[in-house]
Amino acid sequence: MEFARQVFVIAAKDLRAELRTKEAINASAAFALVILLLFSFAFDLDPDTNREIASGLLWLVFAFAGTLLLNRSFARELPNDCLDALVAAPLPASALFLGKSLANYVLLLAIELLSLVVFGIFYNVRWTVQFGELMVVLALGTWALTIMGTIFSALTVNIRLREVMLPILIYPFLVPALMGAIQLTLGLMAGKPIGPDTASWLPMLIGFDVIYTAVSVFLVEQILVG
Amino acid sequence: MSAVAVDGVWKYYGDFPALRDIRLEAAAGSCLALIGRNGAGKTTLLRIIAGFSRPGKGEVRILGNAPRETATRRSIGFIGHGIAVYDELSALENLTLYAKLYGLADPRRTALEWLEHTGLERVRDGLVREFSRGMRQRLAVARAFLHNPSVLLLDEPFTALDDRAIAVLQRLLREGLAQGKTIVMSTHQLREALELATHVALLNRGQVAFEGACTPEMAADPGLVYARYGEG
Amino acid sequence: MRDKIIYLLGAVSILLLARNIYLISGLPGEEAQGAIFKIIFFHVPLAITALTCASVSCVASILFLVKKDFRYDAVAVSVTEVGLAFLAGNLITGSIWARIIWGVWWAWDVRLTSALVCWLLYASYLMIRHAVEEPTQRARLAAVVSIFAFIDVPIVYFSIRLFRTQHPGPVFFSSEGSFPHDWSMILMWNLFAMFMLGAVFTMIRLRQEETQRELDSLRRVAHAF
Repeated sequence: MEFARQVFVIAAKDLRAELRTKEAINASAAFALVILLLFSFAFDLDPDTNREIASGLLWLVFAFAGTLLLNRSFARELPNDCLDALVAAPLPASALFLGKSLANYVLLLAIELLSLVVFGIFYNVRWTVQFGELMVVLALGTWALTIMGTIFSALTVNIRLREVMLPILIYPFLVPALMGAIQLTLGLMAGKPIGPDTASWLPMLIGFDVIYTAVSVFLVEQILVG
Repeated sequence: MSAVAVDGVWKYYGDFPALRDIRLEAAAGSCLALIGRNGAGKTTLLRIIAGFSRPGKGEVRILGNAPRETATRRSIGFIGHGIAVYDELSALENLTLYAKLYGLADPRRTALEWLEHTGLERVRDGLVREFSRGMRQRLAVARAFLHNPSVLLLDEPFTALDDRAIAVLQRLLREGLAQGKTIVMSTHQLREALELATHVALLNRGQVAFEGACTPEMAADPGLVYARYGEG
Repeated sequence: MRDKIIYLLGAVSILLLARNIYLISGLPGEEAQGAIFKIIFFHVPLAITALTCASVSCVASILFLVKKDFRYDAVAVSVTEVGLAFLAGNLITGSIWARIIWGVWWAWDVRLTSALVCWLLYASYLMIRHAVEEPTQRARLAAVVSIFAFIDVPIVYFSIRLFRTQHPGPVFFSSEGSFPHDWSMILMWNLFAMFMLGAVFTMIRLRQEETQRELDSLRRVAHAF
C-alpha cells in the first residue's frame, strides 16, 4: 500500500540519519545512565526496596531520556529547511508523522532495553523473570511516550524555546499512560505475572494509545501547514 | 486555463494584511518574475502558491487544482531559502529519498541521472555536509527538478549561487521552459531573472503594483520597473 | 451595549453570591466535619464551572480550526484563563479543606489530583500561547493543544480513579451521607452565580483580547512600511 510504503521511507530516512550521527541517541542514553546513577546515591537502597521502586524509577528514566530523543524528531528537519520539502512532497502529513513515530519508537525501545540491562546490573534486580509480559507493557507504554513526543515535537518545531516547551507540554499529558505502565510493571519487577486487578490497566493504556494516535494523525496536517 | 492562478488572495498575520487582493496568472510555458523590495510579500506569496500556508481569503489554483492536493504536489518543484537536503546523508541518498517520496518508478536511476545533469556524479557518495556551497545548491536544484514537475516555484534562486551553479540553473530553466514548464520566481537578481522572464509582476506593500509582459527595455534596464511603478 | 450587559451580569452575580453566603453561613454545621463542610458550596461549583470552561474552550478551538475566524480564538483563550482561575480556586478550597480536616495541606484524593493534572494541562495551553508570537500560528497551535487537553481530562480522571481503587487513600466529599434537598438548592444557586461570574470575567477578557489584537496589527502596520 502506498501509505505504508511512504511511512517506511520516512522511518528509514530518520533511522539512517540518526544512526549515522548518533547525536540524539548518545545524549539520551547518557542521560538515562546518569539518572540511574544519581538515583542510586539519592536513596538508601536494598534489594527489596529496589524491586519496589524499580517500576517507577525505570518509567521516569524512560520518560526523561525519551523526551531528549523525541525533541530531535521534527527539529532535525529544520537545518536547510528540509521540513518544507517534506511538507511539499506528495505524502500525507499523517504518513510523515507515523514514519517519524516509527523511527522514534525503534530508537526509544533501544534506549529502554539498554537502561533495563544497566539497571539490572547496578540495582541487582532480576527483571527477566516475566520477560514476555514485560515486553508487552514496554511496547504499549513506549508507544504512548512516542506518540505524544512526536506530535508535540511537530507542534513546537517552529517555536522559540522549543527544547523547554516540549517537556512542559508532554508530562502532564502522559500522566495516565505513565501511571498505567508503572502499575503494570510493578509486579513484573518482583517476578509476578500481571494479576487480574492490575490487568485493568491494560485497556486503559491501549485506549490511551489508540485515542491519541487517532487524534494526532487527524490533527497533524493542521499543525504543520498554516 | 493558466498553469498558476492566484485569485483574490489575502494573507493575514493576526489582523495585519501582508498580502492584499493579489490577482496574478502565469500561463503554461511562461516564466513570471516576481520582483519587489524586502517585505513586499514575495516570499509569503510564493509559499502560499506552493501550499505551505493557506491564504486568509481567495484561492490559488495550480493546473486547475488546489496546491495541497496530492496530484498537484507531484507537479510542483520548489526551491526556497534553504537547500532542503540532509547534511547527514549522501548526495545519492538524498536524491533517492526524494525520488521515492515522489513515487518515481526507478528512484535510484533517476537520482543518478540528476546527479549527472548537475555535475555531481563524482561526489555522489559524499555526505552533503562536506560539500561546498555551490555543490549544495546544485544538489538543491537537482532535488527540485528530479520528479519532472510542470510548475517550478523558486524563491530568490540566484541569491548566493556561484557562477557554475547559476549556469546550471539557467540551463535547466531554459530547457524547462522549452518543454512547456511554468516558472514563477521571486528575485532580487533582476538581470539573471529578466533574461529568462516572459512576464514581470512588481509587488509593493503586499499589493501588485504592476503586472505585464517582460519587454526588452526591462531586460536591458532592470531598475526600470521599480522606477516607473514602484514607490521612490 | 456590551458594557451594560457586563455590568448587569456582574451586579447580579455579586448580589447572588452575597445572598448565598448569607444563607450558607446560617446553615447548621454538618455532623462529622463541622462548619468547614460548607466549603463544598464553593469547591464543587468551582470545579463544575472550570469543566464548563474547558468544554467551551475545546468547542471554540475546533470552530477556529474549521473556520479560521479569530473571534473563536479569542473566546478560547479568554474562557481557558477564566477556567484556570476557577480551577485554582477549586484546588485552594480543597487544600484548605484538607488542612482543617486532615491536618495536611495536600492529600492525593482522586478529584484533587485530577484537578491538579488538568490545571497543568491548561497551564501548558497558556504557555504555548506565550511562546508563539505570530498570531495565526499561535491560534492554530493553541487550538490543537486545547483539543488534546480536553480529551485528556476524562482519561486523567478515570486513570487516577483506577489507581485509587487499588491504592485507597483519603477521600473528600464522599457520595454517601445525606445531602438535604434545600442544601442542594443552595449549591445550585451558587453554581448559577459562579457561571455568571465566569461569563462576566470571560467577556471582560474577551474585550481585552480583541483590543490587544487590534493594537498588534496596528503596530505591525506602523513598523512594516
